[in-house]
Amino acid sequence: MSLILQVEDLTVSFDGFKAVDGLNFYVDENELRCVIGPNGAGKTTLLDMICGKTKPTTGTIKFKMLELTSMIEYQITRAGVGRKFQNPSTYEDLTVLENLDISYPKKRNVLGSLFFKRTKEIQDKIDQVAEQIFLKDQLYTKAGLLSHGQKQWLEVGMLLMQDPELMLLDEPVAGMSPREREQTAELLNRISAGRSLVVIEHDMAFVRLIARKVTVLHQGKLLAEGTMDEVQCDERVIEVYLGH
Amino acid sequence: MTPEIFAMQAFNGLSLFTILVLMALGLAIVFGLMGVINMAHGELMAMGAYTTYATSLFFEKHMPALFDVYFLFGIVLAFAVTFAFGYAMERGLIRFLYKRPFDTMLATWGLSLVLQQVFRHGFGPKEVGVPTVSWLRGAWTPSFMPGASFSQSRIFIICLALLVSFCVYLLLFKTRWGLRIRAVTQNRAMSGAAGINTERVDALTFALGCGLAGIAGSSFTMLASTGPVTGQLYVVDTFIVVVFGGVESLLGTFLSAFIIGELQSTFEFLMTGSMAKASILLLVIVALYFRPNGLFASKVRR
Amino acid sequence: MGNGTIAAGTASNGAAGAGKRSLGDRIGVLGVPILAVLLLVVLPLALSEFRLSLLAKYLCFAFPAIGIVLIWGYGGILSLGQGIFFGLGNYMMAMFLKLESTESGSSAQALSEFFGSNLPDFMVWNSVEKLPWWWEPFHSIWFTVPAILILPTALAFVLAYVNFRKRVGGVYFSIITLALAAIMAIVIVGQQGVTGGINGITDFKSVLGISLEAEGIRTKLYFFTVVLLLVALLAALFIVKTRLGKIVVAIRDREDRVRFSGYDSAMFKAFIFAVAALLAAVGGALFTVQVGLASPSLVGIVPSIEMVIYAAVGGRLSLIGAVYGAMLVGAAKTYFSENFVEYWLYFIGSLFIVVTMFLSHGLGGLVDRLRGLGAGRGQP
Repeated sequence: MSLILQVEDLTVSFDGFKAVDGLNFYVDENELRCVIGPNGAGKTTLLDMICGKTKPTTGTIKFKMLELTSMIEYQITRAGVGRKFQNPSTYEDLTVLENLDISYPKKRNVLGSLFFKRTKEIQDKIDQVAEQIFLKDQLYTKAGLLSHGQKQWLEVGMLLMQDPELMLLDEPVAGMSPREREQTAELLNRISAGRSLVVIEHDMAFVRLIARKVTVLHQGKLLAEGTMDEVQCDERVIEVYLGH
Repeated sequence: MTPEIFAMQAFNGLSLFTILVLMALGLAIVFGLMGVINMAHGELMAMGAYTTYATSLFFEKHMPALFDVYFLFGIVLAFAVTFAFGYAMERGLIRFLYKRPFDTMLATWGLSLVLQQVFRHGFGPKEVGVPTVSWLRGAWTPSFMPGASFSQSRIFIICLALLVSFCVYLLLFKTRWGLRIRAVTQNRAMSGAAGINTERVDALTFALGCGLAGIAGSSFTMLASTGPVTGQLYVVDTFIVVVFGGVESLLGTFLSAFIIGELQSTFEFLMTGSMAKASILLLVIVALYFRPNGLFASKVRR
Repeated sequence: MGNGTIAAGTASNGAAGAGKRSLGDRIGVLGVPILAVLLLVVLPLALSEFRLSLLAKYLCFAFPAIGIVLIWGYGGILSLGQGIFFGLGNYMMAMFLKLESTESGSSAQALSEFFGSNLPDFMVWNSVEKLPWWWEPFHSIWFTVPAILILPTALAFVLAYVNFRKRVGGVYFSIITLALAAIMAIVIVGQQGVTGGINGITDFKSVLGISLEAEGIRTKLYFFTVVLLLVALLAALFIVKTRLGKIVVAIRDREDRVRFSGYDSAMFKAFIFAVAALLAAVGGALFTVQVGLASPSLVGIVPSIEMVIYAAVGGRLSLIGAVYGAMLVGAAKTYFSENFVEYWLYFIGSLFIVVTMFLSHGLGGLVDRLRGLGAGRGQP
């Protein structure tokens, strides 16, 4: 299998504090990777740097053949990297339908969007995604009126509209009921076919449901990597994280 | 350029600096620390200037014997009046508009228009000047530079501005009250939970910023006469000083006021005053393009 | 909290306060026809030619007000410098009319013979001896009109794009526009010889050979203004209904998300800002023809911020409301200046305070409330 993402020697410092420190991180094609670690381990910052929200101090981030550190957010997105934020970030004033529509990856320039028509093809895609994210009955509801969990799904749905090759999901089940968590695990397992996922999660039970390979970060550095069982047996991990 | 002309040019820049730094420190406190955009800040300066003017009238009429010290009273009164007005303004207007910066801009702009008309009704449409007290009249000529002369009243306000800046620094960084202000502006909820009366801190901080504008007004009377729209002429410059310095840095504000004051007086050597002002504003806007967070900003995680 | 965070945070907070309503213009589908009948039939029948020309003057300010609704209400960008673009249109049209009057009017010819020069009168008074090179192209209407449409728009686009690309937004952008408006007014006043200075440029005799004193010309100009205004309004309504309009709103509320959906958000903001500048420039050019004046008093920070109140009174999310806002505030201004001019500042000042504190959705919001259209029940 070939690599879709190669992060090498990545460091970022904020006023001298190194949030991520000399990190190497690799993701294969079609892989579903979970990243765990205690608060302040640098998980969110890592995703921020991959998707262009934060510029690294040093290091390289290669997505397929592209060097992401020299690109800005929308270019990275167009190259095929999708990002879901920790706090669900949807357009609250727009309906679910419009949220998905805007995320459709065509006509993203000014003139194209001015004379944009929602074709049958787009409508079908929206219906299909809405079905996947359990929001088929809510197409005309404003996103602001959805529950916290539904907003999380909607944001995943917006990424699905973009159809990225690499999806970065930051705490996708935060604020969800146990039933919703199961549904989400199912959803992630389903959508991981044909693309790579990097999931940050705190909920160990959830990680166990989806994880094949787990990366543990601690203080901006890679602490351990392996299957869930391997990681759980690792003494260093137990010390900083699982065993408290 | 002879050393004399150079020194006097620099001195003129310093005089402008006093107004800019006092205005900008006040604004930096309400804008930088509290995030409030007060478009009536210039009118508060005018209020301070008019207060000084009214004090001079009062002393002239009722206490001519003490006339020589009216200016000192004028400064204190100008601070007190604008401080009180700022307190009332925060309680009556600003506090309803926190987190709505655009609305704050518009509402305070409205207030500034109302204040201008109040000044016009109270003091007439013409500009008024204050008499200079005897001990500030005249000029100082240093023995080593016989060709230059430095007006004593300007030397006085330069010292005043430096003193006030120093006091602001002490107040914010060396006292318990300053610690509270900084705590509240950094984490409101946490400060409230720690037992700080955040509403009171807000009101006092805002009032302090306004009071500084009042002192700026007092100083202003030593440089020029005051009219109803005097404040409006300074508000844009003051915002630019604060933004140029980096809104969160009081030291930045101080230095930026110095740079802009000196640049202004240098440019005035080459062109008319108004064109000098326009050129500097433009220069700063271009500079901001290269340093969007101002001259003295640090990198933080967004 | 860092500077950047304040900038971003304040921008989205400000916008969130303005949000909460449906995207469609909220006065509904009948709004445009009602306005058209009012402006094309009812008011022309009810008002004298003098009052009608005053109304036309207010309507010139409706153009920038519509633009402000677009960028502020929908886009979350508060410009305190629309006077820049209004003024550019205003002055470019004035330069054309001044040159026409200088060349063709009979009194102007007498004057030019007397002074031995055919320069505009204020240049003669300021001992300017040669027409500045940048005045030359304004001899031609074929240059002037495209220049009015293109120059302010292009300037606005570049200004907005470089700033938004650098993530300068929120109140910082407002302050920059404010400073630019101040600069432009200072320069116009300072360069009296080539701009007419504080007095502005005035005393036009004709437009394209038609005398401005001709019978009925005022009424014709009024209808011309109204038709252009309705076109502008429909164009703005079209923009907010398109996908672009939705993206602009999305940027206002969640700019990050829009970037991560693959949009160059700075480009969209710059586009909408340029549209608003275009509208302002058209309003400014019409003002010149209508009122016969280009003046620095239409350019600086006071008029620029006043244009925002037109939009705020109408409702910051109501494009049609902006037209009513411009008319009502304009009428109030005339009323005060005819009766008790010294209370005008009290009135307009209080209006700013009352509208922002108690009526943040302006007249549009009131109409909605009366019609029982609450928040969150807009058409999909």
